[in-house]
Amino acid sequence: MSFLTNLINGISLGSIYAIIALGYTMVYGIAKMLNFAHGDVIMVGGYMCFCATTYLGWPPLAGVALAVVVCTALGVVIERLAYKPLRMAPALAVLITAIGVSYFLQNAALLIWGSSTKSFTSVISGSPVQLFGGQLTITRVTIVTIVACIVIMLALTLFTSRTKMGTAMRAVSEDKGAAQLMGINVNTTISLTFAIGSGLAAIAGVLLCSAYPTLLPTTGSMPGIKAFTAAVFGGIGSIPGALLGGILLGIIEIFAKAYISTQLSDAIVFAVLIVVLLVKPDGLLGKRVSEKV
Amino acid sequence: MDKLKKYTASTAGRDRLLSFGIVIIAYAVVQAMVLGDSLSSAMQGLLVPICAYIIMAVSLNLTVGILGELSLGHAGFMSVGAFSGIVVTTSLADTVPSGVVRLILAIIVGAICAAIAGVIVGVPVLRLKGDYLAIVTLAFGEIIKNIINVLYVGKDASGLHFSILEQKFELAEGGKMIINGPMGVSGVQKLSTFTSGFVLILITLFIVLNLINSRAGRAIMSVRDNKIAADSIGISTTHYKLMAFVISAAFAGMAGALYAMNYSTITAAKFDFNTSILILVFVVLGGLGNVWGSIIAATLLTLLPELLRAVNSYRMLIYAILLIAMMLFNNSPLKARLLEKRGMKQMEKLEKSEKGGA
Repeated sequence: MSFLTNLINGISLGSIYAIIALGYTMVYGIAKMLNFAHGDVIMVGGYMCFCATTYLGWPPLAGVALAVVVCTALGVVIERLAYKPLRMAPALAVLITAIGVSYFLQNAALLIWGSSTKSFTSVISGSPVQLFGGQLTITRVTIVTIVACIVIMLALTLFTSRTKMGTAMRAVSEDKGAAQLMGINVNTTISLTFAIGSGLAAIAGVLLCSAYPTLLPTTGSMPGIKAFTAAVFGGIGSIPGALLGGILLGIIEIFAKAYISTQLSDAIVFAVLIVVLLVKPDGLLGKRVSEKV
Repeated sequence: MDKLKKYTASTAGRDRLLSFGIVIIAYAVVQAMVLGDSLSSAMQGLLVPICAYIIMAVSLNLTVGILGELSLGHAGFMSVGAFSGIVVTTSLADTVPSGVVRLILAIIVGAICAAIAGVIVGVPVLRLKGDYLAIVTLAFGEIIKNIINVLYVGKDASGLHFSILEQKFELAEGGKMIINGPMGVSGVQKLSTFTSGFVLILITLFIVLNLINSRAGRAIMSVRDNKIAADSIGISTTHYKLMAFVISAAFAGMAGALYAMNYSTITAAKFDFNTSILILVFVVLGGLGNVWGSIIAATLLTLLPELLRAVNSYRMLIYAILLIAMMLFNNSPLKARLLEKRGMKQMEKLEKSEKGGA
């Protein structure tokens, strides 16, 4: 049974990674940039929900809604102020700017909320579910996380394949210039992508803090790096890839913690990533771009 | 004498002499300030870290600027150099009494160990491209941090003992733990001095600048500019990529040894992703491929938080805003226009002087 428990925990952690990785992968697909500030948007989402439920006494769902609204707005503002002027700049310049934004968010959070650890009250209450006569216990957070991930995936897939905005998004990620010629508003589309990505980050932040209830200004950075790894693992720019990469990464991490070593679990996760990338250099579901001479 | 004249007449030679000259003058000025006691103790404490960061920035510039591959795990090599250097100085404490000799040995061993790590990392990593390469260097940096975090090294009369995950060895009477897992190293002798850092910077500059202006350096840059063209004229791209990567790792190891010997305690967590990013910020802000820019950026950005101490709690926030502002300015139309204006003025001057001469 411990195997099954670990597997479910792994899928749950992986679902959080997958939701964060979606934000990375969509932004990468459309803006061709690694948005290192994404992890810190998660942290902002966590703090927003924490403030709403603890200080203002709002119901949990209202807290989640506030986190999503604030993070969505934050994502759009960051894109407009920091990334948009650099659209023609070299990739490294954008990367450093993203790091600057990440520092900014972390230090702003440090000023506002202080460096002490806040203990987050889970937004999902209720006793754990008992299965097989009590042999298998699953917490409600785990179930909600997995369900949320599935719902988000389905919604995003439908959005990108069926709606006009989604089609525009795919067009911009394929060829910005051609999309513009077809009458697509590239700026709005990129803003929308950042909005969706940041909104998802807020949800991921709330779920992450519900499962691991400590909140610090640096809470987002490690999950951010892991999710980025997950996005690359699955093939960056691919939405199903982000899901696959996230869940596999979560499972590997939990199994490594359970069966090998807690301290080395991160090293094992990264080692698996390296091996996969050496065998499949474009990630599991990434598109192979052939070299033109 | 003729040779010297010829050397100074060439632009590359002049630039190089200028760089060395300015570094030496900067050293003399700072040293005079230290002796004259006009430097606060906080500033004095930053002197060796600044030297280490300069070497780190110059060495990362070799990978990112000259070779053109983004590396996000440079702190890993620094870590390897730091801890192997500490093992050397601590275990030789009784046999080699001279601190300077031990520091030199530590730096050499640090460089060798980091170079070996560079080969191990470089062979698989350099097969990849672009962002995938970047993420794998990030992964290796984290793996190195994790492994050193569970490393136990001790020394007693019978020699050195190693184990990972938990301390599996018993030290004999009089033995001493050198690296104690997640607790890191404590009680390191402070051997690094500003002068040693300065000498190391000069050595780094000498080797890196010579490399860039050599046949190998041109080959490395050709790989960066157009890999296929380089391949087609018979340059072994794998060989030169690995060469640049390993040299860069070796310098990071030297910097690590220098850095570690400046603090009494040091843990593996010090050399994490954030440190790698910090060095990358120096390199990009200083200008890719511009060694001189790396030195200035590393110095200024290390000093900046200290200079902003007056606004203590806001300093990192201001640092972040300045970083974003500088990147935005660097790539803004405003800067392009300013450069254009300056170019026009120079053209006018040139035309005038030509007319005057005629």
